[in-house]
Amino acid sequence: MKTSGSKSPREWVAGHVRDIPRSGIRDFFDIVSTMKDIISLGIGEPDFDTPWHVRESTVFSLERGATHYTSNLGLLELRKAVARYVNRFFKASYDPETEILVTVGVSEALDLALRALINPGDEVMYHEPCYVSYRADIIFAHGTPVVVETRAEDDFRLTREMLEKKVTPKTKLLLLNFPNNPTGATLPRKDVEEIAEFAKKHDLLVITDEIYAELTYDGEHVSIASIPGMKERTIFLHGFSKAWAMTGFRLGYACAPAELTEAMMKVHQYTMLCAPTMSQKAAIEALTNPEFDVTQMREEYHKRRNFLDRSFREMGLPCSKPRGAFYAFPNIGGMGLTSKEFALKLLDEEKVAAVPGNAFGDCGEGFLRCAYATSMDNIKEAMARMERFVKRLRK
Amino acid sequence: MDELLKILKQNALESPENIAKMLNLKVGEVKARIAEYEKKGVIRGYQAILNEDQLDLGRVTAVIEVKITPEREGGFNKISSRIARFSEVQSIYLMSGAYDLLLFVAGKDLREVASFVSEKLATIEGVISTSTHFMLKTYKHHGILMETEHEDERLKVSP
Repeated sequence: MKTSGSKSPREWVAGHVRDIPRSGIRDFFDIVSTMKDIISLGIGEPDFDTPWHVRESTVFSLERGATHYTSNLGLLELRKAVARYVNRFFKASYDPETEILVTVGVSEALDLALRALINPGDEVMYHEPCYVSYRADIIFAHGTPVVVETRAEDDFRLTREMLEKKVTPKTKLLLLNFPNNPTGATLPRKDVEEIAEFAKKHDLLVITDEIYAELTYDGEHVSIASIPGMKERTIFLHGFSKAWAMTGFRLGYACAPAELTEAMMKVHQYTMLCAPTMSQKAAIEALTNPEFDVTQMREEYHKRRNFLDRSFREMGLPCSKPRGAFYAFPNIGGMGLTSKEFALKLLDEEKVAAVPGNAFGDCGEGFLRCAYATSMDNIKEAMARMERFVKRLRK
Repeated sequence: MDELLKILKQNALESPENIAKMLNLKVGEVKARIAEYEKKGVIRGYQAILNEDQLDLGRVTAVIEVKITPEREGGFNKISSRIARFSEVQSIYLMSGAYDLLLFVAGKDLREVASFVSEKLATIEGVISTSTHFMLKTYKHHGILMETEHEDERLKVSP
């Protein structure tokens, strides 16, 4: 019996959660999942299987009974392996005893960092187009998101000038993601150094999500954590999902100065306890023999990147050259349709799925995210279909 | 290895147009480089990889370990190339370890392979001994699994 004054289900939901719109990706997913025989350029995870030696060693660890909790920080053996890897690949050195926290993917690591650092009302700067979670995660942590829009004409780079326009006395954090999902943009060393100067000048903390770092095709990957004077104010996030094709293992890590790690650990300890033990074992194996797997996958993505890049040029769709990750972000604004209309029509008429750019922020309107984490055969066919589609639209 | 060769090793039917797109080259350059590799003998042929078990050919393949005496002039090479010229011999490798040559020999049945071994192979001067094993099933050949891979189980759209 409903008594007067009782709440509707909607009212039970916390205001700051209720007000966040559903992810545009989910809407699109619902439509795509009802369709058969589509070629999907919409998948944000590797098409490669997890390297066999990693899977085999996971099975072995289960047989040996590695099925209990680990230390809250994660297995020390894994943290040591992470420290060696981060030092070698990212040129940033962390103490495995106190400065590394193993998490359930970078997703958890980011959530921990935001919850551990944000006081209600603190401003967090982040750049769009970006991964769909950032804005929501900041709001869940009671921070105030401040968007910095990157643009196609700058190849979606983030520059100091853009940041200076948005910084206020309330700004506490800057959230970075390069190589970028969805644009494929990377940052040259000069930009990273200038952003580092900016962070120091305004005394900001930087959270850097470098999950796609190994998938860099042109030039070097420069981590902001490696810039002198930045380690002290940087939370470096990385994981195994992309470079080792281990998405379902859900394993990532945060590296940060000891006091910040301790703060994140506090949240982690009371909400997650520890990352899954079998995934930690798998990650140790992945790091003991990483180069071969990663190099092979990168070479394959590189070829696909080139193929897409040239295909878009040939069909006359402007696309800034994707330099990292496995996404291309062509401009379809000249076709007389919105991103969503374009994506739906492409799906309907040619059975190719790609995500409307505005799912990654308002400034992604007019673009389409095409993930090339699918076989070369699929890519060839998808490009042939898209070319046909674009020609028809132009008539 | 040259990326071009890696692509062809994976799929010899890949068109020069597609290879050009993958490697960011001109089509003419791709064609010229393939022709050059063929001329130099780096590329020695193009073959389809078959799952012969599916074809029910009734053929047998034997793996044969052969011990030989190296000749004073020519070492192992002379005798190996003599063996290699038999049409029954599919592959032949010089090995380190307990024997010298490893042969893959195909025939229409056990008897045909047996007679090749006893009448042709074992009688060659310099062949000391042979040990023949018959292949029962192929699981993987030239890097290709013979079982059909499972379907893509990933979500069709993900962030």
